[in-house]
Amino acid sequence: MSSVVTKSAPSTKVLIRPQRGMVGLNFRELWNFRELIVFLTWRDILVRYKQTLLGGAWAILQPLLQMLLLNLLFGEVAGLPTGGVPRPLFTFAALLPWNLFSNAVSDASRSLVANRNMITKVYFPRIIVPLANVLSGVLDFAVAFLILAGMMIYYKFAPANLLLLPVYVFITLLTALGVGLWLAALNVHYRDVKYIIPFLTQFWMLASPIAYEASSIFERLPEQWQWLYALNPLVGVVEGFRQALLGVPVYSEDMLWVSLASASVMLVSGLMYFRSMERTFADVV
Amino acid sequence: MSYAIRVEGLGKQYRLGGSQQAYSTLGERLGAAVTWPVRLLKGELRERAEKVWALRDVTFDVKQGQVLGVVGRNGAGKSTLLKILSRVTDPTTGYAEINGRVGSLLEVGTGFHPELSGRENIFLNGAVLGMPRREIAKKFDEIVEFAGVDKFIDTAVKHYSSGMYLRLAFSVAAHLEPEILVVDEVLAVGDAEFQRKCLGKMSDVAAAGRTVLFVSHNMSAILRLTEECIVMERGQLAFRAPTREAVDYYMSSSFQKNGERSWAVDEVPADAAPFAPVALRVKDPSGNVVETAQSRQPLEIEFEYTLAQPIQGLRVGIYLQSMRGEVILTSFDTDDPVAFEKHGTREAGRYVSRVTIPADFLNEGQYLLGVNASAFRVRRYFWDERALAFTVDAMGAPGMHWPEPRQGFVRPQLAWTIDRVGAA
Repeated sequence: MSSVVTKSAPSTKVLIRPQRGMVGLNFRELWNFRELIVFLTWRDILVRYKQTLLGGAWAILQPLLQMLLLNLLFGEVAGLPTGGVPRPLFTFAALLPWNLFSNAVSDASRSLVANRNMITKVYFPRIIVPLANVLSGVLDFAVAFLILAGMMIYYKFAPANLLLLPVYVFITLLTALGVGLWLAALNVHYRDVKYIIPFLTQFWMLASPIAYEASSIFERLPEQWQWLYALNPLVGVVEGFRQALLGVPVYSEDMLWVSLASASVMLVSGLMYFRSMERTFADVV
Repeated sequence: MSYAIRVEGLGKQYRLGGSQQAYSTLGERLGAAVTWPVRLLKGELRERAEKVWALRDVTFDVKQGQVLGVVGRNGAGKSTLLKILSRVTDPTTGYAEINGRVGSLLEVGTGFHPELSGRENIFLNGAVLGMPRREIAKKFDEIVEFAGVDKFIDTAVKHYSSGMYLRLAFSVAAHLEPEILVVDEVLAVGDAEFQRKCLGKMSDVAAAGRTVLFVSHNMSAILRLTEECIVMERGQLAFRAPTREAVDYYMSSSFQKNGERSWAVDEVPADAAPFAPVALRVKDPSGNVVETAQSRQPLEIEFEYTLAQPIQGLRVGIYLQSMRGEVILTSFDTDDPVAFEKHGTREAGRYVSRVTIPADFLNEGQYLLGVNASAFRVRRYFWDERALAFTVDAMGAPGMHWPEPRQGFVRPQLAWTIDRVGAA
């Protein structure tokens, strides 16, 4: 057996004591654990389609089937307008951020309980677990994005403002993280969350302009109450996606800011709640 | 001298989950309604019952490079202490100061994913334990070799045998090289060969001047690897002394010593059913329960138990062990094939299995009896390695005219011959 190498790692001094009240996010610690973030994200990607017949093809099939179903219902049956954009493009461009969001939220909310054996045995910033789940969804998003690119070539649509797209992706991720943190922390104490998730995502999807135009809702609301609809960050994000990719004008830029503000509140409150509950996870989960 | 660990007044209180509390007055009811959202968010709705201290007012320190043993019965607070020191859970009171990177072997296999290959899991597990990727890559071959799984390194670990899985997991943890290593009872698993490897690795770590906190029920391992020990009792630090002294203290304080061990209903684990132990007794030839048996006389060991349902292929047996946990012998009531045939199925009822340890067998000293009720390769119903301690007095045994302690566990009457075979 080889001898133990004595390596003078930077000596760390840690003080362990009861924590009370609100705790801020320790960014330096997160940075120190960056490799773990990468590895857990990588694990979640590797594991996602293991022992499935179709494997990674699900990343393509899932949004395609969703699109077909939505088009059938809201297009053929209900006949809702799409603002002059071919319906497949109209729906698919909205499904991109929506799936990124909903998969991330439902994965993240289950993440702490699913990784119970890690949480009860080893220390690391707990936020890494739901964070990795959110990040791992980006690959599926990228695959679906290629499909959309193919569809845009087919329909001869040039992207209108591609530069803004990463911003909207980023907002989607942050919103998903905020909501995911809330649900993950609550799920540790109340497994009721597991039963709320399917209902919540269904409701949230209908409350977002996936299969219809955001303007159709905005226009029905009195002007002073329009911001209420925009409180759903997905409204801003989906509008943003359609504008950046398909050139569909947003209903009102003010409403984008409302969505952004709402997303920020979700993220910050999620972080604060998660951090304040973090110390109980190992005892309760 | 600098300290690796300093613990001051450390305490941990757990809430035991319990039934809903009734509100007696309208005021309380209203108060409860108003604070409901807050309690909901704090996760306090389900756990309003009693609180217990798993750890209370523990103070000690560990010097840099010291190997400190931690002993104590189950539930004495050892695991809670280690969990606090490895930052898994927060203390309720007090504080702990830690100088250096803590790696612990209580996290063996943490982050392992069954669908991933051995290779993938090594990297993942290393990252979970805080090993930089470069370091893992550098030690990869060493880790694989130590675990002895090189042929299966690209197979998903869900296809591993439990032994392989454990060896791989331990191997990653053992190559972590933290400044402070916390080891919790890993040696209870794996085969003898692997245990030997593990102990070797641990002494390497200690020899390299790292600080080691070693928790074990295996007193001979504690004696071999540590120089000083703390003894935990009911969440408190009961004793700290050089290892030999501490082990003696632990051994003498923590076992039933009146010659009989009985199990109350709530002491029997639920998964033992339909088997339930009733009592284990040591008796002298006249049938009295004794704490001290005579080496020159036979002694009877009696294990009483009940079966709520018939059990097929049951064997009930004892482990006779030294106080340090070395097994002297193992014996089952159906070791004789004829008896095994005859008792193929034991009907429900109350049973006593008796065995006699012959006279002139045991040396003087303290011994430990463990019991086991199992069906071979089917199920282990009940198992208690440390059920009862008893003492053997060697009065009249061979060699007692020399007042010196004699080594060894057995002290039989052996027939020597002395012949003069020639002149000098």
